[in-house]
Amino acid sequence: MLQIQRSAEVHDVVVIGSGAGGGTVTKVLTDAGINVTLLEAGPMLHPMTDFKEHVWPYQVDHRGAGPHAETYFGKSPWGFGYFTAPAGNWTLEGEPYTVAEGSQFKWWRARIMGGRTNHYGRISLRFSDYDFKPYSFDGLGTDWPVSYDEMSPYYDKAEGFIGVTGTKEGLRTAPDGKFLPPIAPRVHETLIQKACQRLNIPCIPSRMAMLTKPLNGRAACHYCGQCGRGCHTASAFTSSQAMIFPAMKTGKLKAITGAMARELVTDADGQVSAVSYVEKATRAEKKIRCRAVVVAASACESARLLLNSKSPRFPNGIANSSGMIGRNLTDTTGYDLSGYVPALANLPRHNSDGIGGMHVYVPWWLLDDKKKDFPRGYHIEVGGGFDMPQIGYFHGADGYGSALKSRIREEYGAWVGFSGRGEMIPNANSYCEIDTGTVDQWGIPVLRFHFRWTEHEINQVHHMHDTFSSIIEAMGGKPEKKPFPTRGADAMSIGGEIIHEAGTVRMHDDPKQGPLNRWCQAHEVKNLFVADAAPFLGNPDKNVTLTIVALAWRTAEYLAEEMRKGNV
Amino acid sequence: MFKDISRRNLLRGFSISAGLVTVATAQQVHEAVTEQKQTDQGFTLKAFNPHEFKTLQCLSDLIVPADEHSPGALAAHAAEWIDYMAGNCPELAEIFTGGLAWLDHEMQRRYGADFVDAKPEEQAAMLDLIASQKNEAPENAPGIHFFRWARNLVLDAYYTSPIGIKELGYMGNTAVSEFHVPEEVLQYALKRSPFA
Repeated sequence: MLQIQRSAEVHDVVVIGSGAGGGTVTKVLTDAGINVTLLEAGPMLHPMTDFKEHVWPYQVDHRGAGPHAETYFGKSPWGFGYFTAPAGNWTLEGEPYTVAEGSQFKWWRARIMGGRTNHYGRISLRFSDYDFKPYSFDGLGTDWPVSYDEMSPYYDKAEGFIGVTGTKEGLRTAPDGKFLPPIAPRVHETLIQKACQRLNIPCIPSRMAMLTKPLNGRAACHYCGQCGRGCHTASAFTSSQAMIFPAMKTGKLKAITGAMARELVTDADGQVSAVSYVEKATRAEKKIRCRAVVVAASACESARLLLNSKSPRFPNGIANSSGMIGRNLTDTTGYDLSGYVPALANLPRHNSDGIGGMHVYVPWWLLDDKKKDFPRGYHIEVGGGFDMPQIGYFHGADGYGSALKSRIREEYGAWVGFSGRGEMIPNANSYCEIDTGTVDQWGIPVLRFHFRWTEHEINQVHHMHDTFSSIIEAMGGKPEKKPFPTRGADAMSIGGEIIHEAGTVRMHDDPKQGPLNRWCQAHEVKNLFVADAAPFLGNPDKNVTLTIVALAWRTAEYLAEEMRKGNV
Repeated sequence: MFKDISRRNLLRGFSISAGLVTVATAQQVHEAVTEQKQTDQGFTLKAFNPHEFKTLQCLSDLIVPADEHSPGALAAHAAEWIDYMAGNCPELAEIFTGGLAWLDHEMQRRYGADFVDAKPEEQAAMLDLIASQKNEAPENAPGIHFFRWARNLVLDAYYTSPIGIKELGYMGNTAVSEFHVPEEVLQYALKRSPFA
């Protein structure tokens, strides 16, 4: 018999999820003096023991291969390797999901305080003006109910708080922001810039959420290149260290970890009256009453929670009379190509660590080109330099002996890599829905994914391959021979692999086209808000996190004002 | 101009300025993840018998030998690490015990001696056969398959060791106050590029 523990206390605002969106809402509300109860499905983060930066591979018995040699047999439980900051994975024990026949999708869940911000790439790009009005721009997609001009002050706040490096370039495809000083290019990045210059491709300082100057009590970066492992000095942005931990000190935040939200409960008026969740440690059902709830569990998880919150008034899920929840699922396109550059052979050794990521990048440069066979575009991320050796670094080498040692020494630092990250146009065949036949370990119905790339994305990726090859050749290099397709849907990332899901709980002025209004407030349920990438109407070629923070900031300020006025 | 900050000094500095890190707790972190096994003293085999281990050592010495540049896989205790990993992974142990047995059997068939007892030129002839993808043929397949595993694990053991990291010349995983590329390194690359 399920024992649901009800509490009489009415919490002001319950925030579900502690990532970029949940962290921002928590910070803005507690700064405004509002009490927040934060539900996080994962455990608390302890940077001192959870982050493995500065650990040499030989300081761990298994060197990163796993205590039972997991990585050698494709059984690695760590999505990005043993040393990466605590992350989740695309497969989680006890938390399955299903994928429809003919579709391919991989669904990442990060289960820890701070969510994906603990391990993400920290590339911080503003959406352009046309990204908010894509239908007006070229007839594809749907216009957002907000414009760039309305979002700009919130991008200012987001960048100002997070700390983003960069330079003002005056490019429409890379709107300028409030930047910290940029970092100097590495040797291979200078060659890439010169190659791009020859090809009339812009290659500008990157915009990264790492501090080149101290900010808000966070120390400046010490350029150890290990951001992906986590940063003890919080020089790389995480919502956990920069937002949640300081909010805890205000006395306005109650953080409940190990809490898996099950459903939102509505009262007779159709407003959210309580949040029902599972206390994972005991599997006890808890219910906490609230005045308002902000759902920021990541795009698909938020859609799932709303779809599973059924009642006689909302048979298809709370606030879902439009039937739009779960629809228009998007992810960023991805394609990689590496190349060997003879000019970098036997490169004199030096410390090329820098920040944990690229110091330069290529913003989209063919916006006005009407001749290309795909709409919109992509940006290019670059890699190279002297990486810290890890397990698997030299797999695939041929031969043996001194000749092998010599070749490895010669080639170390001489490889460059290019990753394209492009826009996906929402399509009718890409969405998530509840799989009523399958539940997770707590009896919560799981998601079933439908996902398909279209010719828009496939042609875009062909262009990436050709462009990367050209850049590598312009540097005097030779592109790698890939053992798998370079053309077609098989050449590119699988949906969900880039981990930029967006669009599943849309914001729109018309309630029939989106469950949320222009404030990310549910049209039908005024005390329900969504603050991750679910409200997005598109998924441009600019990583989603900065816009999640900006939009969540705006949503939180609106919510605070509505509470002050007594409307919520 | 940048200055190298030793990690200890870095952590001390941050404990003063940021208030987020204390020297004591940072050292606790590194103790928690650091387990230095001194393989020179009292090494106990976990997966291989003494003959298999000796063969693996011989193989590792040929894959990554000591030369004028640096010590090799023997000095880096590659065979010890592979034995340790195989001790915790039966699947890995099988690949190596099977592969080492195949190797000895082939050497016996061709030269009448186990791998460790064969002449250097005989050992080299065998490795020339199985070390290269281009020799793929049904009768060589087990050897090529095994050697790929042996080379991967020896390279992993070597280049994740202090000796291998030094041989590569990796200078990072430290702390600097400013990122800077030495001008002579940039000129080296530019001079050899199409942009000279």
